[in-house]
Amino acid sequence: MSTDAGYNFAYLDESTKRMIRRALLKAVAIPGHQVPFGSREMPLPYGWGTGGIQVTAAVLGPRDVLKVIDQGSDDTTNAVSIRAFFRRTAGIATTERTAEATIIQTRHRIPERKLTEGQILVYQVPIPEPLARLEPRIAETRRLHAMADYGLMHVKLYEDIAKHGHIATSYSYPVMVNERYLMSPSPIPAFDNPKMHMMPALQLFGAGREKRIYAVPPYTHVRSLDFEDHPFRPIRAPHACELCGSRDTYLDEVLVDDKGGRIFVCSDTDHCQERQAMKEAAE
Amino acid sequence: MSGATSLAGFADPVLDSQATFRAVLEAMSRPGRVQQVPVPPELPPGIEPAAAAVLLALADADTPIRLAAGPEAEAWIRFHTGARAAAVAEAAFVLDPAARLLDLAAGTEEEPERGATLILPVAALAEGSGWRLAGPGIQSTHRLSVQGAPSGFLADWAANRARFPRGVDVILCAGDRIAALPRSVAIQEG
Repeated sequence: MSTDAGYNFAYLDESTKRMIRRALLKAVAIPGHQVPFGSREMPLPYGWGTGGIQVTAAVLGPRDVLKVIDQGSDDTTNAVSIRAFFRRTAGIATTERTAEATIIQTRHRIPERKLTEGQILVYQVPIPEPLARLEPRIAETRRLHAMADYGLMHVKLYEDIAKHGHIATSYSYPVMVNERYLMSPSPIPAFDNPKMHMMPALQLFGAGREKRIYAVPPYTHVRSLDFEDHPFRPIRAPHACELCGSRDTYLDEVLVDDKGGRIFVCSDTDHCQERQAMKEAAE
Repeated sequence: MSGATSLAGFADPVLDSQATFRAVLEAMSRPGRVQQVPVPPELPPGIEPAAAAVLLALADADTPIRLAAGPEAEAWIRFHTGARAAAVAEAAFVLDPAARLLDLAAGTEEEPERGATLILPVAALAEGSGWRLAGPGIQSTHRLSVQGAPSGFLADWAANRARFPRGVDVILCAGDRIAALPRSVAIQEG
């Protein structure tokens, strides 16, 4: 099955996969709770998706079709390398089309296309602890989670409002999962947060360096923290995509010359190409 | 536990373990949906095919298990997983008809993931009627009909759910089919 002789299917050895699988099952049973796991060294550096890769390797089967995105894009170094890694070590099919994928590993975006029940979204997570910047002691954050004491985060958001007049958090915007655990959605833009709520697909999160796994089961309540008088608002650049004209997708700002010229284009390349093809067909 | 076994485990240990895990993951993510698992080709007497597959796929030397399935099945599981035997309250996986849900390890408030998994053989599983399940993983309601659950199970389950995030997760097994009850799910009698 594996195309590179000498490696087990999907690179990891079986006892590592079992350990990750057990952590995943407990993570699903306790939505939003961070489960420690014995993260392995992977053949790429921390910060390049070692957590996501380990989760994908533990979940992946020979009939899966894998898509990997990096900030919404299928064609960056990180996404291309991870797809090639699993093609070589697991011999599986890969795709750039969101609709065709059964497993989507992502760095910092949720695809624009609505995900379905047959899909699993695997997030690469740098800092799994939403309270990390507010409380550096891990033993203490664990206690705060045990007691569901999330006052610190409310104070932080309040200070944002006091300083800036609005909640100035545009990515990694904290969410409450199933009204019990405060969770970091990983550094996805706040624009993507509402997509997590009641998503038909299973969402798995892997932090390799920090050795944590967590999960949001399908159809689970995910609420972005806010205040009654300062409700959560997903933010996007107030422009249309230069390539497909979309006014409802998340945009990247791209510098096009050295005279300050810039354009805005969809961050989700597959979605953008699909829209461009539809536009061309209509013309 | 003593004695040896001459019966094989999974036909393909790597891919059958993966398929079993995916079935359990799917079952745990969508409580009340029934999944099928690959069955080991040679089974010792005393153990259900699905229960055997789940243990082969998930148990190993790091997971103490409590088994009450007869000497042949116990020797077989021990040979193929390397898991050591433990008391009900210390085991990570429990397959023991005498064990009550509330006797199992439930984890702590800080480490609820230490709660055990109960593998519970039942007579039959079917979707569409019976218990009404609600909670994470379920859009509105799933219905699951469970034949042969232990008496008092639903009362124990209510107590199990009340201590969330602590608690025990259950994998129901019937033949080669499974359904899961993560500790977050609420059950109402149909």
